[in-house]
Amino acid sequence: MDTFVQQLINGLTIGAIYALIALGYTMVYGILRLINFAHGDIYMVGAFVGYFLAFELGFATGPSLLGLSVVLVGSMIAAALVGMAIERFAYRPIRKYARMTTLITAIGVSLLIENLFVAKLGAAPRAFPQLLSEKSYTLFGNAAISKSQILIFAVSIALMLLLQWVIFKTKVGTAMRAVSFNLNSAKLMGINTDFIISFTFALGSALAAAAGVLTAQYNPQIDPLMGIITGLKAFVAAVLGGIGNIPGAVLGGLLIGIAETFVVGYGQNVGVPTTFRDAVAFAILILVLLFRPTGLLGSAVQEKV
Amino acid sequence: MKRILLALGLIASFLFSFACERKGGPGAGGSTGPIVIGYYGDLTGRTSNFGQSTKAGVEMAADEINKAGGINGRPITILSEDDEGRPEKAATVVTKLIDQDRVIALLGEVASGNTLAAAPKAQAAHVPMISPSSTNPAVTQVGDYISRVCFIDPFQGAVMAKFAANTLKAKKAAIMLDFNSPYSRGLTEFFEASFTKLGGVIVDKQSYTQGDRDYKGQLTAIRSKNPDVIYVPGYYGEVGVIAKQAKQLDIKAPMLGGDGWDSTQLWDLGGDSLNGDFISNHYSVDDPSPAIQKFVTAYKARNGNVPDALAALGYDAMQVLADAIKRAGTTEGPQLKDAIAATKDFVGVTGTISLDKDRNAVKPAVVLKLQDKKYIYQETIYPEGMSAPAAPATTSASPAAAPASSPAKAGATSSPAKAAADTTKTEKPAPSPK
Repeated sequence: MDTFVQQLINGLTIGAIYALIALGYTMVYGILRLINFAHGDIYMVGAFVGYFLAFELGFATGPSLLGLSVVLVGSMIAAALVGMAIERFAYRPIRKYARMTTLITAIGVSLLIENLFVAKLGAAPRAFPQLLSEKSYTLFGNAAISKSQILIFAVSIALMLLLQWVIFKTKVGTAMRAVSFNLNSAKLMGINTDFIISFTFALGSALAAAAGVLTAQYNPQIDPLMGIITGLKAFVAAVLGGIGNIPGAVLGGLLIGIAETFVVGYGQNVGVPTTFRDAVAFAILILVLLFRPTGLLGSAVQEKV
Repeated sequence: MKRILLALGLIASFLFSFACERKGGPGAGGSTGPIVIGYYGDLTGRTSNFGQSTKAGVEMAADEINKAGGINGRPITILSEDDEGRPEKAATVVTKLIDQDRVIALLGEVASGNTLAAAPKAQAAHVPMISPSSTNPAVTQVGDYISRVCFIDPFQGAVMAKFAANTLKAKKAAIMLDFNSPYSRGLTEFFEASFTKLGGVIVDKQSYTQGDRDYKGQLTAIRSKNPDVIYVPGYYGEVGVIAKQAKQLDIKAPMLGGDGWDSTQLWDLGGDSLNGDFISNHYSVDDPSPAIQKFVTAYKARNGNVPDALAALGYDAMQVLADAIKRAGTTEGPQLKDAIAATKDFVGVTGTISLDKDRNAVKPAVVLKLQDKKYIYQETIYPEGMSAPAAPATTSASPAAAPASSPAKAGATSSPAKAAADTTKTEKPAPSPK
């Protein structure tokens, strides 16, 4: 039983990371109908900004809550700027062309960021400094939860609540919802759509950067290509939950995380090798597209943002 | 149409002239001028610590040889290529070193998977290759031009199994292996066989692949089986994270590993979580034997850090090659490979090197304990049929070879004074090079 609880905790941890990234995919899709394939790389950029901030500001020497908060917020801001820049210079000039053009551009931007980092920093993984002291608490007998896992849960829940508040209680959020319903009508109502789109990219990128710094506390190995597979899985999570749907992205992320962990934890008992963990996410994607293309929470009256 | 034909003809003749030119490249088997030797390794990829350390060792040896007047009066030039730790790239750069740079011999790789990809190229071109530290048995089975200066995995796996069963008194072991790595799979196989033979049970076997980011699923499954030890025959990048996540899961059983753990980055990733784990390795920097201490001091002065085993093996590989060239009196592949294969009782930093009929070095292994960013010497385990050298005649540091005497190691905290039940295991400092 405690093994089951432990696997559930493990799965929810990586699920929360996927969920944070999936939110960015889903928000951008909701507004522009664009799959922003560079989003996984923003997650990587966030982790690297955190890495350099920690070293530059002298927080790399030992665990400190102040260092962690500064690094977390700093990398979120930096990633938000990067996200806005990508939108401004790569997507906005071609927004009026066919959607396929933007999609290909997104793939190009993704490759550009990855290879720029490889060229500048090398492909060798780096060790992210430990900003949180290592400690585990036991619950339900033998199930252990570490401080870094608690941090992941706490920060991701806080950020999701904050996002919910921004979208439903603020003026910008209302404008975002309006743009997602119909961009041109929103424009006619006097909404500065360019600003709203920019803001959406900033919001999504900040969440991805938070995911990057949080994972780095859990697994200190960061490299320029870390965003590829994680980004793709988060994309699958967004589709699973119903792309464009915010609670769906969270649900999808958690489900993918749990599915993956259970394949690793229990797959061997039923003859599924642990190396199938990555295949599972994509098998789920195919099944969703076959049987429920709108995703779990997507429906005719879906609320898009 | 005519124009196209003409253009094609021009291109063909250009390529042809280019190809001819290469024949007289730098190392073209002459008997004067510098001897060009190729080194290939992972200098920028996931295991770049391996490639960088080995390269430093190789270059240091080459410099020393050149300072002493070269080989038979000819200086050595090392050409280095980066394979980014990818097997397909390893094959490409080795082809380049052979065809374009005309190297007379090759040194590399560390990871067995990469050596296995490159070795057939060297074999086909009849260019001798010495791997400093690839331990998978299949490496030298590629052909008679391939040899190595390190022990092989059947031995390394057995060493850890013996240590676990005899010294740690472990009954139940779990294994966590890197599924796509020949190195990891080989060690797993041999550890399992030896550990079972010694009366132990393998309670669980889990796998991961290089570049995975989360290992808690596997570790939780292992934890539920409650093993005494966990064998993780992987490379430092993954192992460091595995150790950290194991600690987060409150796993108390020590982890055991092989020479793939040895890297400074291991500590950056794993930190304190690694304390109390054990690895098998090629040599111990704390070994007081003069040959090792001389090497460690010179390496530190040159590179500013403590040499890991890979640097020492790179150094030894270069020295063995130089010795073979000297004995062969030529740099022609067929004669040179015979000279390498005939290496006997060569005194290197990592022990006395003799190549057996399969061109593998027969050497003892040391077991080191990981504690606070240090590798603390535990014991030396000798291969079957090779007993510890009787009472070393060195004047310093080495106490009498009596098994009961505690190892005279700097910082050896525990004195696991187990009476050596079998002849192949003796409590003693690493053999002094006599």
